[in-house]
Amino acid sequence: MEKLSFRHVTRTALPGTRASAITGVVASGNLEVLLERNLAPDACLVEIDTAVQGYGEVWAAVVADFVARRQPGGLTITINDGGARPDTVSLRLAQGARLMELP
Amino acid sequence: MMDWRRERTARDARLARARPHADGKVVPAARVVDLLEAILQPGDRVCLEGDNQKQADCLARGLSACDPARVHDLHMVQSGVVLPEHLDIFEQGIARRLDYSYSGPQGGRIAKMLYGGQIELGAVHTYLELFARYFIDLTPNVALIAGVSADRDGNLYTGPNTEDTPTVVEATAFKNGVVVAQVNEIVDRVPRVDIPGDRVDFVVEADKPFYVEPLFTRDPGAVTETQILMAMMAIKGIYAEYGIRRLNHGIGFGTAAIELLLPTYAERLGLKGRIATHWALNPHPSLIPAIESGWVHQIHCFGSEVGMDKYIRARPDVFFTGSDGSLRSNRAFCQTAGLYACDLFIGSTLQIDLHGHSSTVTTNRVAGFGGAPNMGSDPHGRRHPSDTWMKAGQEAGGTGDPALRRGRKLVVQLVETFGDKLVPAFVERLDALELARKLNLELAPVMVYADDVTHIVTEEGIANLLLCRTLDEREQAIRGVAGYTEVGRGRDHAMVEALRARKIIRRPEDLGIEPLDADRSLLAARSIKDLVHWSGGLYEPPAKFRNW
Repeated sequence: MEKLSFRHVTRTALPGTRASAITGVVASGNLEVLLERNLAPDACLVEIDTAVQGYGEVWAAVVADFVARRQPGGLTITINDGGARPDTVSLRLAQGARLMELP
Repeated sequence: MMDWRRERTARDARLARARPHADGKVVPAARVVDLLEAILQPGDRVCLEGDNQKQADCLARGLSACDPARVHDLHMVQSGVVLPEHLDIFEQGIARRLDYSYSGPQGGRIAKMLYGGQIELGAVHTYLELFARYFIDLTPNVALIAGVSADRDGNLYTGPNTEDTPTVVEATAFKNGVVVAQVNEIVDRVPRVDIPGDRVDFVVEADKPFYVEPLFTRDPGAVTETQILMAMMAIKGIYAEYGIRRLNHGIGFGTAAIELLLPTYAERLGLKGRIATHWALNPHPSLIPAIESGWVHQIHCFGSEVGMDKYIRARPDVFFTGSDGSLRSNRAFCQTAGLYACDLFIGSTLQIDLHGHSSTVTTNRVAGFGGAPNMGSDPHGRRHPSDTWMKAGQEAGGTGDPALRRGRKLVVQLVETFGDKLVPAFVERLDALELARKLNLELAPVMVYADDVTHIVTEEGIANLLLCRTLDEREQAIRGVAGYTEVGRGRDHAMVEALRARKIIRRPEDLGIEPLDADRSLLAARSIKDLVHWSGGLYEPPAKFRNW
């Protein structure tokens, strides 16, 4: 197990008013993402609990790209990872952000 | 005096030696070894029919049981090296030299035997190249082929897996060669004549039906959300934009996902009738929902697929079928159709380098080429225009009179940035180069050359290589869709953003693709059982795909 934490400043807040959303499942090669709207509008915190050691650099890159593309200001994102590939992580994060934007 | 009939005289002698083992043309399975030892001469060029699917396995076992003191130093010229016997004969000294196309399941062993010098390799070909050489400098002296049934005159019914048989027989029978066919049964009258009897010298009633591998069945249950995302990008960013109606698909899960999104996602985009209407394709079960929804006008097939016979028989408007109702496939014609009459090839690969060369080789396997390099290449002999072809040609640029500009075939690589066990699909250097060095091959086994690839689709986006004007742009376009692989993370971020502004790189959000749509509920069928339902019970999947 490895715990990682990334704090980002965004240009804007994520649109929408939904307080929280959850997507994905904790399973081998998959991950569960919990999103909560509980921070300042220009802050984003991503906390990761992963079953696989030693991919800190890749996680940092995946999270940074997600923040740059989606501008998820205001969110705390908690990830429970079962060893998902980076493409799966990116897709789940994008799906989570969309869920938070929906009415 | 010149003797103009030496080959014909030799053929007559072979037939005379073989006749005592036959009753007319019919030979019992128990006499196969006697028959082959009578026909074959040392050094003969032999095609032991091993197709992509159908295998002349009874004749392969017979050849491998021949006495190497009598039958030796054969030169094997066959498209598929698939069965263990295909390589056993090299260890036994029965065969010495090999020219072939594809060796999927035997790829590891063939590499070892090449390395150990047990096989003298001519070349590894594409299907069309090997077929072409059958008529120029690799004409077989003896062809050992497979069919479903024959009558006592040798008229042959191949069944739906006609595949390579007409090509092999044409080259052998009309150039003084001897043709031996194994069949599952001898009948009074064949359902249809695929090969006329005067081209077949002997018919062996096999001890068991010939082996066919279900190669083209992809279980929709295994299609991932990443593959669905990529399929949406391909449909919206390539099929719709270029209006692709005539096409060929590879056999991976990515292209199966596209087939399963036609009646759902593509239908919602209003693309029915505007894309994916005419196909060069094996009868993929995953295309059933699109066929049933009226998307597909017609399909010509290289071979068949296990379990699809009844379904095909019930859809003669879509498939090419004989007077008996069953599928007629033909690999040589379908490869030609894919090369010259299709505007797009899309398939997967294992490795892509920074130029865009791709290869399915790993360091210890020689899987061969099969048909992919022909499907995945721009045919310079093409002369008929289509909107798709002209648009791609325009994007590729060029100067001078537009009427002198040629079009381009779209060749699309659909790859996830990481394969099994997090092995990256994007690399600085192809493993194929290392293999070529180790085995002393003159050419590295490249499946699709960089100058033929027009687009690369990954989960990160689409790179349009037609629009790149320099090698630098091309490299960054590739890095820009290579995700979190070393190659992807080595990108020049500013340059990638500039390429995105020029639409050379397009992300899912640039294409207006909703990430929440990347869900398995978007698949027209989510299991093999769903495919059976779509087919009205006509599709009969092989046992290994039944889990209900």
